[in-house]
Amino acid sequence: MAQYMFLLFDSEDWYDNLTRDEWEQAMKLHGEFAAAVEKAGAQILGGEALERSSTASTVKNRQGAEPLVTDGPFIETREALGGFYLLEARDLDQALELAKLCPSANVEVRPVMPTSESDAPAV
Amino acid sequence: MTEAVEVTRVVDQAHRECWSTVLASVVRLTRDLDLAEDCTQDAFVRALRTWPDGIPDNPGGWLTTVARRLALDLLRRETNLRRKLPLLVEEPGEVEQPTDPLRLVFTCCHPALARESQVALTLRLICGLTTREVAAVLLISEATAAARITRAKKKIAAAGIPYRIPADHELPERMDVVLTVVHLVYTAGYVATGAELTRTDLTGRAIELARLLQRLMPDEPEPQALLGLLLMTEARGDARVSADGELVLLADQDRSRWDGKLLAEGVSRATAALRRGYGRFALQAAVAGLHVTAPSWEETDWQQVVRMYDAMMLSWPTPIVALNRAAAHSLVPGADLEAVLAELETLAKEPALASYAYLPATRADILTRLNRPTEAARCYELAIRLTANETERRFLTNRLSSLE
Repeated sequence: MAQYMFLLFDSEDWYDNLTRDEWEQAMKLHGEFAAAVEKAGAQILGGEALERSSTASTVKNRQGAEPLVTDGPFIETREALGGFYLLEARDLDQALELAKLCPSANVEVRPVMPTSESDAPAV
Repeated sequence: MTEAVEVTRVVDQAHRECWSTVLASVVRLTRDLDLAEDCTQDAFVRALRTWPDGIPDNPGGWLTTVARRLALDLLRRETNLRRKLPLLVEEPGEVEQPTDPLRLVFTCCHPALARESQVALTLRLICGLTTREVAAVLLISEATAAARITRAKKKIAAAGIPYRIPADHELPERMDVVLTVVHLVYTAGYVATGAELTRTDLTGRAIELARLLQRLMPDEPEPQALLGLLLMTEARGDARVSADGELVLLADQDRSRWDGKLLAEGVSRATAALRRGYGRFALQAAVAGLHVTAPSWEETDWQQVVRMYDAMMLSWPTPIVALNRAAAHSLVPGADLEAVLAELETLAKEPALASYAYLPATRADILTRLNRPTEAARCYELAIRLTANETERRFLTNRLSSLE
């Protein structure tokens, strides 16, 4: 098993004009997604929805200088990072299959880097 | 002692024929591409050292056993063995798995890898080319080739791209990528850039892979069509070169020099595929089939060729398909050449064709037939500037001088 982060990029306009029915429908889709993950023998380790990208701040850590705090998300795109899941899946194929079921317009799938002592570079 | 010359010959042959089988078998054992490559390389080096004492009856089996033993020894010595052990997918005793190279192909052509990395990795891992050779085949620098291969291998390991043949329901969506890459491997060998006109090791490997894919998916028309297309192209190979080493275009080839056996199999594969669908490769195979079954270039059923390109334009509307369609259209008896010319002038505005020598060459040909030599000459001059191939340049220069 390996861990994958699903980054959910969606149009924020949609959220701004959301009705109660649409909200409930979206939650229902996420519930179905969670059930599909379980059925596939994979596991959701965590996940949340995020506030609008306009509320984001970025801390830029610069070499030899004080960290720089700026307004806004790291990159400006039409579709913004709106939520995430942390999943455990068999391999990339299973992760991609599950990402296809995830209720989001764009899902970036990133493997989680192992950071334990035994994974440190040998030299 | 066996003669050194004989040993080198057998090792070379084993490298061409068994590289991917040996490598794939070690990958299945270790799930580590870099380690598998090192051990496979090492097994070939050991063969050069050991085989003078006697060449084994089954060189491929010998190489596989040695490479796998080297890999296991290395893994045992490594501190991370404990971490790797659960990844081992099988007992070390099990050596032969005829589908191993195919698993490796599907790994190299995984859709999560960039197309250019898929091709570079397939040439490196399946065809056993060195990084330098990969660079030469793809017309890229050695540094770029190395970077593409390294990046792809890193992604396979870090993202957990599995080493397996996709399940039946995934095959259709995964197949197109694999077929395209196998076709590119064939093309890379067919219009090789080195001293030889073709690299038969690459064309042969591509045909072998197409056969494997066809056997894996006997009910799918597209692998069958690709195999048919490659066999029909291969059958014409000898007739492409004249006695003095010049390239001979399809129009001028001596059809009696075509390989009848390959042609017959190619045509029957293409026909079988076409009965079940009009996919991208089925349509390309249909065009190739119309060419090889015609008694001569002039008697080709151009109308039918145009219809095949029309069908291709529906599912695959690229400027190159449009250009090929226009070129075929100009050869239909009684075609309106002025209309074709107008179509080509529109196509000339396509950025994708801006440096494609075949476009001005086609315009030049039609202008010549319309008896407009001054404009034809200008188009030939442009085509000559655009081509990167010496043989093509000689051909176009001859055409240009025959105008005067």
